[in-house]
Amino acid sequence: MSQTFTLDGKTIPFADGQTIIQAAADAGVFIPHLCYHPEFKPHGSCKLCTVKVNGRHTASCTMRAAAGMVVESDTEEINAERRALTQMLFVEGNHFCPSCEKSGNCQLQATAYHLGMMSPHYDHFFPNRAVDASHPEVLLDFNRCILCSLCVRASRDVDGKNVFALSGRGIQTHLIVNAKSGQLGDTDFTLADKAAHVCPVGVILKKRQGFAVPIGERKYDQAPISETVGEGQ
Amino acid sequence: MTAPTKKLKVATTSLAGCFGCHMSFLDIDERLFTLLEHIEFDRSPLTDIKTTSPDCDIGLIEGGLCNAENVHVLREFRAHCKILIAVGACAINGGLPAQRNHLPLTTILEEVYHTSPGLANGMIPNDPELPLPLDKVHPIHEVVKVDYFMPGCPPSADTIWKVLTDLLAGREPSLQHGLIHYD
Amino acid sequence: MTINEMHAEAVAGVVDRVVARHRRDPSNMVQILREIQEACDWISPEAIDRLQATLGVPRTKIEGVAGFYAFFYTAPRGQYRVLFSDNITDRMLGSKALIDRLCNNLWVERGKVSEDGLVSVGQTACTGMCDQGPAMLVNNLAIAGLTAERIDQIAELIRGKVPLAEWPAEFFQVEDNIRRADILLDSDLKPGDALRAARARAPSDGLHASNMRSWREGLPTGLGGPAATLDEIKRANLRGRGGAGFTTGLKWEACRNAPLKSGQQRIVVCNADEGEPGTFKDRVLLTRFADLVFEGMTVAAYAVGATKGFIYLRGEYRYLLDQLNAVLARRRAEKLLGENILGIPGADFDIEIHLGAGAYVCGEESALIESLEGKRGTPRNRPPFPVTNGYLDQPTIVNNVETFAAAAMIALNGGDWYAGIGTKASAGTKILSVSGDCARPGIYEYPFGVSVRQVLEDCGATDTQAVQVSGPSGVCVAENEFDRIIGFEDIPTAGAFTVFNKTRDMFQVARNYVHFFQHESCGFCTPCRVGTSLLRNLMDKLHHGAGSPYDFAEIERLNQLLQSMSHCGLGHTACNPVLDTIAKFRPYYDKRMMQQDFTPAFDLDRALGAARQMTGRDDAAAHLATEHGGKA
Ligand SMILES: Cc1cc2nc3c(=O)[nH]c(=O)nc-3n(C[C@H](O)[C@H](O)[C@H](O)COP(=O)(O)O)c2cc1C
Ligand code: SF4
Ligand code: SF4
Ligand code: SF4
Ligand code: FES
Ligand code: FES
Repeated sequence: MSQTFTLDGKTIPFADGQTIIQAAADAGVFIPHLCYHPEFKPHGSCKLCTVKVNGRHTASCTMRAAAGMVVESDTEEINAERRALTQMLFVEGNHFCPSCEKSGNCQLQATAYHLGMMSPHYDHFFPNRAVDASHPEVLLDFNRCILCSLCVRASRDVDGKNVFALSGRGIQTHLIVNAKSGQLGDTDFTLADKAAHVCPVGVILKKRQGFAVPIGERKYDQAPISETVGEGQ
Repeated sequence: MTAPTKKLKVATTSLAGCFGCHMSFLDIDERLFTLLEHIEFDRSPLTDIKTTSPDCDIGLIEGGLCNAENVHVLREFRAHCKILIAVGACAINGGLPAQRNHLPLTTILEEVYHTSPGLANGMIPNDPELPLPLDKVHPIHEVVKVDYFMPGCPPSADTIWKVLTDLLAGREPSLQHGLIHYD
Repeated sequence: MTINEMHAEAVAGVVDRVVARHRRDPSNMVQILREIQEACDWISPEAIDRLQATLGVPRTKIEGVAGFYAFFYTAPRGQYRVLFSDNITDRMLGSKALIDRLCNNLWVERGKVSEDGLVSVGQTACTGMCDQGPAMLVNNLAIAGLTAERIDQIAELIRGKVPLAEWPAEFFQVEDNIRRADILLDSDLKPGDALRAARARAPSDGLHASNMRSWREGLPTGLGGPAATLDEIKRANLRGRGGAGFTTGLKWEACRNAPLKSGQQRIVVCNADEGEPGTFKDRVLLTRFADLVFEGMTVAAYAVGATKGFIYLRGEYRYLLDQLNAVLARRRAEKLLGENILGIPGADFDIEIHLGAGAYVCGEESALIESLEGKRGTPRNRPPFPVTNGYLDQPTIVNNVETFAAAAMIALNGGDWYAGIGTKASAGTKILSVSGDCARPGIYEYPFGVSVRQVLEDCGATDTQAVQVSGPSGVCVAENEFDRIIGFEDIPTAGAFTVFNKTRDMFQVARNYVHFFQHESCGFCTPCRVGTSLLRNLMDKLHHGAGSPYDFAEIERLNQLLQSMSHCGLGHTACNPVLDTIAKFRPYYDKRMMQQDFTPAFDLDRALGAARQMTGRDDAAAHLATEHGGKA
């Protein structure tokens, strides 16, 4: 690893083929992200990981590192833009954290904390989305889906099942499951699937287990998300 | 905090909220006395004053907008307070009451007054004294300009304290890890 | 039995036939779904069942693709599916009244299916008939030049359940409206001549060197032609006509030089998605000069060593499919396509037509390739670029229709000839699609360097206030800029030239374009998916009189965000019409800033409507003042 680039002035070494976010994580530098997960092929859709490379905005989860790149990430300007993206995600769905089982362990919420999001700012869309309780072990609450496609990738690439996919277009984009009825209970999905455990937000939830960890002891109560860098690698 | 020459007037109210945020405010405990050296309460459930003075410095709003009266009160606060602060999840995104938003209001009223068991011949109240419900519950920033937000359900006493003391000291409020939470 | 009630068996029969025709290849999914819908009127759960079984792909994949394209219906939309073109030019020509007229005639609500399931009437983005609007699609077939009379006739045919094939042919007549021709539109190229010229051309670095190059690059040797042709394209200084203006020679060379893995081939794709509102020149090129375009593609294939070609034809041009296929068949018969073209051993190339299905974003080259592969049309992450990793991961060039037409002429007449036309920075000619407020809308071909003023004069535009050049993603040119020229050095364009006279409200123009982008966002990335909706809501808020300087600031913030954070060109340019009209036509916005202070986007009084109705109240307390700028 003789090649390096700079990230906010810090020298970051990288191996051939590594993306900026991977190299940064190896060096212990946190870059906010939602649709990126170290175990899966990057998707590049949430745009939370956007950095400036030699002055140009680009998603750091898909951009390969190259020697001599000058990368800016933790700047006022970029964080403000990222904050606006989290606000968009909050108003696009229905996020009522106080009644969400994922609260405290939710990556969207923790990222919004990290970025100092005090309010969703925009007018809410208050979409009408269903809850799918048809599966014996798992509940799907689509109100919180941020379309990161991690479950899609996990089910397809790890579980070999294609239980999930995105359908629709534009603001109508939504998650579907692999059954004529459209119900998770009619698929071969199980709690043992990788896809059951990758949702960064509170969509794919194990039933009868809500609010198991008391407030104060949940993942992001204990440490801000920026301190979880490199996790899962 | 240096003692101000003139105490700041603070008004508070609860719209479509649960008073949890007010309870949390009281949770600042003995710091309330320190605070009272710098502020005086205007209209507030804490004082039982029913109208806001036109020259309030800070207005604290708990709860979102569920009905016409909420809108009137909010507009009065906006008109009378230099700084308006949304306090708590309900003021910020509608909170629990907004979880009715995916249902048409007509369906809700039907269900509540006509079709629920034990309500044979129930009537939807039409007393002009009662405020009419809005078709959707809205966070307050969708209706008036809001200057600051204190997230939380409720925001902790420490969060409220930090924001107010920052403002009293003339600083932009800033909350570190642990003080921003949405639940 | 109506078609809607077709049994599952009949549906299965259709699906099996379509799937067999497509060699059970799931990468033809978009074509398969289109053909199923053409036969069955919609893509029913039963059809999906059968597809899943015969193609062996998961249901999620089929539904994901079907859900992406606006022209695919997974719920019945009637036997007659009418979609009015909703470009700003259609509106200027009175499309709204015509929609209402048809809806009233047919007793159907806009956007809904009639109660008897016979017909639905909706709207779609620009259908590329701006020079002869208002236009509509009926079951994806274009009908232009609509009048109230024609609408009544159409209503009658629908009510009488007359099959589309029996409708009067003149309904489907599309005019070419060629108003000014130059090297392309005047071309009388005899099929094969450009190819023969390319073959005869000697490479500048000598045949031997050229052979060595070809050999290294894994291309057929023994001919100087390919390398020499590439040299001519470079010498011509040809740049892409699809909008981005990338140097064609460099793109072709990169593809030619891209290594092939075993079993791979190089691919030539002609981008005929022509989705930019106001653009229709590719329609005319493909109608009148299909040979020129195919010849250009074949020249490209010869130059880069490609063996497979696609035309990605927008779904709105479905009516061109049969005639284009006939031209392809004739060229095969003339040995201008297929194996050993012109008798040159190893010169193998053929072209297949894929139809789009109502998705502007599929004009973006990587989204187009996804769609060609039978997937949802979302733009890819780049790098890698299509020239190395394109269609099915093979080296692929994607070029605009007009680029290929120009390439054919360059192969015929040489690069120097071409470079001598136009300006120093912009070689050759540009075809403009002129529409809007002018006497002679249609197709105008000019050497680059023509001024906006000249075009306006030629098309008979008077009292012009603005011209939207290159469509919503291009620039809005105001009167004081009419001496600017069309060219890469000043106003680059994909071809649209939409004229607005002084009676037009430029705010409404921008608002229409913002609605377009909102509708066409693919939804892949957060900033564009949510941001275009927020932008639309803000423009609507201004329109409804609730705008204040606060909203203005919000619009500017969103513009900034879309430009910096979006994944593809659609998001990057989605705010262009707003930015331009704010900068150049500010009074139209100021007029809308009816509020001093922040005002809600929704009507508070109306928000009490449901409760008023349920309680029967109408007293003063049952209302809320909505206009309250400044006062409580
Ligand atoms: C949203 C979007 C839509 C596009 N639509 C078209 C189109 O309809 N036709 C086209 O030729 N190029 C279109 N392009 C440009 C293509 O991505 C690509 O640059 C072009 O086809 C390359 O051909 P050229 O080099 O010959 O211009 C579009 C780009 C974007 C971002
Ligand atoms: S998913 Fe996360 S952000 Fe959404 S409601 Fe749950 S905890 Fe809040
Ligand atoms: S369900 Fe969860 S993992 Fe799947 S796309 Fe939605 S947010 Fe992502
Ligand atoms: S910018 Fe818009 S069209 Fe492009 S990828 Fe993002 S959502 Fe899709
Ligand atoms: S984490 Fe990179 S785009 Fe989502
Ligand atoms: S009232 Fe305080 S959070 Fe709901």
